[in-house]
Amino acid sequence: MAEVSQAGADAGAGAGQGAGAGQGKVRLDAIERGSSLWRDAWRRLRKNRASVVSGVILVVLVLACIVVPEVSSWRYDLADLKLGATPPSAAHWMGTDYFGRDLMARVFFGGRVSFTVGVIATLVSFTIGVSWGGIAGYFGGKVDAVMMRIVDALYTFPFLVLVILLMVFFANDRSVLHAAFQLVLSVAVENPKDPAYFPIFQIAVVFAALGAISWLTMARIVRGQVIALRGQPFVEAARSIGVGHRAIIFGHLIPNALGPIIVYTTLTIPEVMMTEAFLSFLGLGTQEPLSSWGLLASSGAETMDLYPWLILFPGGMLAVTLLCFNFLGDGLRDALDPRIRKD
Amino acid sequence: MIRFVLKRLLSILPTLLIVATVAFVMMRFVPGGPFDQERAVPAEVERALRAKYHLDDPLAKQYGDWLWALVSRGDLGPAFKYPNRTVNEIIALSLPISMQLGVLAMIFALLVGVPLGIVGAVRQNTWKDTAAMATAMVGVSIPRFVLAPLMILIFSLTLFWFPVARWETWRHMVLPVVCAGLPMAAYLARLTRGGMLEVIRSDFVRTARAKGLSERRVILRHALRGGMLPVVSYLGPGFSHLLVGSLVVEKIFNIPGMGRYFVEAAMNRDYNLVLGVMLVYGVLLMVFNALVDVAYAFIDPRVELG
Repeated sequence: MAEVSQAGADAGAGAGQGAGAGQGKVRLDAIERGSSLWRDAWRRLRKNRASVVSGVILVVLVLACIVVPEVSSWRYDLADLKLGATPPSAAHWMGTDYFGRDLMARVFFGGRVSFTVGVIATLVSFTIGVSWGGIAGYFGGKVDAVMMRIVDALYTFPFLVLVILLMVFFANDRSVLHAAFQLVLSVAVENPKDPAYFPIFQIAVVFAALGAISWLTMARIVRGQVIALRGQPFVEAARSIGVGHRAIIFGHLIPNALGPIIVYTTLTIPEVMMTEAFLSFLGLGTQEPLSSWGLLASSGAETMDLYPWLILFPGGMLAVTLLCFNFLGDGLRDALDPRIRKD
Repeated sequence: MIRFVLKRLLSILPTLLIVATVAFVMMRFVPGGPFDQERAVPAEVERALRAKYHLDDPLAKQYGDWLWALVSRGDLGPAFKYPNRTVNEIIALSLPISMQLGVLAMIFALLVGVPLGIVGAVRQNTWKDTAAMATAMVGVSIPRFVLAPLMILIFSLTLFWFPVARWETWRHMVLPVVCAGLPMAAYLARLTRGGMLEVIRSDFVRTARAKGLSERRVILRHALRGGMLPVVSYLGPGFSHLLVGSLVVEKIFNIPGMGRYFVEAAMNRDYNLVLGVMLVYGVLLMVFNALVDVAYAFIDPRVELG
């Protein structure tokens, strides 16, 4: 959770750099091509070595998670009880777990789950946060006061505690949500009652729960941006030609606040992935026989004195991914909007 | 001043009531009860158990009874899964341990994080800054449940410096406290650096320098006070992250704190225990947030108490 909400932590550092040199030329570019903000940002981002390397590593990791489980000679859930846990070898590059399952296949399959959770839960939080903050900021006054009061109140809640409750209560086969899930599923497949779909349902609950708790900071950031923008002439102009509220918010204001939104979205992904891993570690998120990095680390931690590779590989992958997202987010912040504030 | 503190503390009560009510209702509407997971509990035994704990009463009555017991006697009820123990007893035993862990971790985080951040800001764009911030970035990115096993592997199982688990002597406390506090320390380092950088160029710091104060005094007495504002305002949420992080640390190091009971109780549908632990978490968190608000008003003269 922590590392994301400090969007402003070292904003001051990058603030001075981007301006200065080449400003006049860029201005001209802007007039000629009309996309100087993004070109400028791209140029600044490319100069940030840590961000570029992080971005490349992330792309490689995502590709590996897509490709490796397909081309691997081992399936992620193929057990070989006679083999048991073996250290890394030529046949199993990351070794095998207690049930003789190939760890590399499990790690990269788990990566699919972890990345998917990260991206989808972030989309959920993006949707809620941007709409909430946009509406509150645009209308201002009482609407704003009430909406932001709710956000403030939610901030003081012990959130993960509630998520843990949500997971325990809704991610089981007798909950209302499960019935709803089966109903939706019955449109797509023939036998929605098949227990094979249950793990997917549980992951869906993880998406919803994580998305539902991580939109607060996004709402604050978007609100601040919208308030800063709503008095600008282009909004006036839009209103004067009769553009509706909704079109002004989502068609004019939000696109102009995209910089900070993108930065914060990049920083939400690792936060959500970390939380998913945390839930799985406690036994509440992804369940066997599926795998995710948190789940693998959890079972690895239990036997780390005997089979240390079982914790080192999945834990290392998770740590590298989070590190890369954070570096990339930092670089994007310096590139896109050096002055973005935490709240 | 005292009025402000009291008002702030009183404002906790409604939120707490909402948390308690939501949690209570959620628990009772959830499928499965505390007694249906045991194997081969005869129907009449389960009926007797349910009757004993009044689980068949109407929901409103259960809620009223529970709330009344809590308000009038501070009684959180019996723990279903731990026969002969009340929730109060369990919390009385486990809360001090969790508090020790939390407070020590926070002290550790402040002692490590803030100086690191100051170095980063004062020596901005030197190798010291880069090294401090790279370390901090690694620190915020490594989840506690990866960090803890790694530290156990290195310091307990290879070097034999510290015990692997439990919570008895100071030697037992070192690894859990470091694991719980390190991510927060890293985060505080980033916040401190950001806050200091903003202040360091401001007019009052220039004035302090112009008066001929030593650089050390300028930084520690003048700049730090302003630079600490983001750090102080983070301590509230930081404390809640610490609580949550201690769930993991308590599990890995086998520490008999409250976090362990919470997850277990939620899975077992031990209604009273879950509610009790949640309320304690809520109180801790909100009281801490209130204290942070007060401290903030003390440090920043621009904040008005109202």
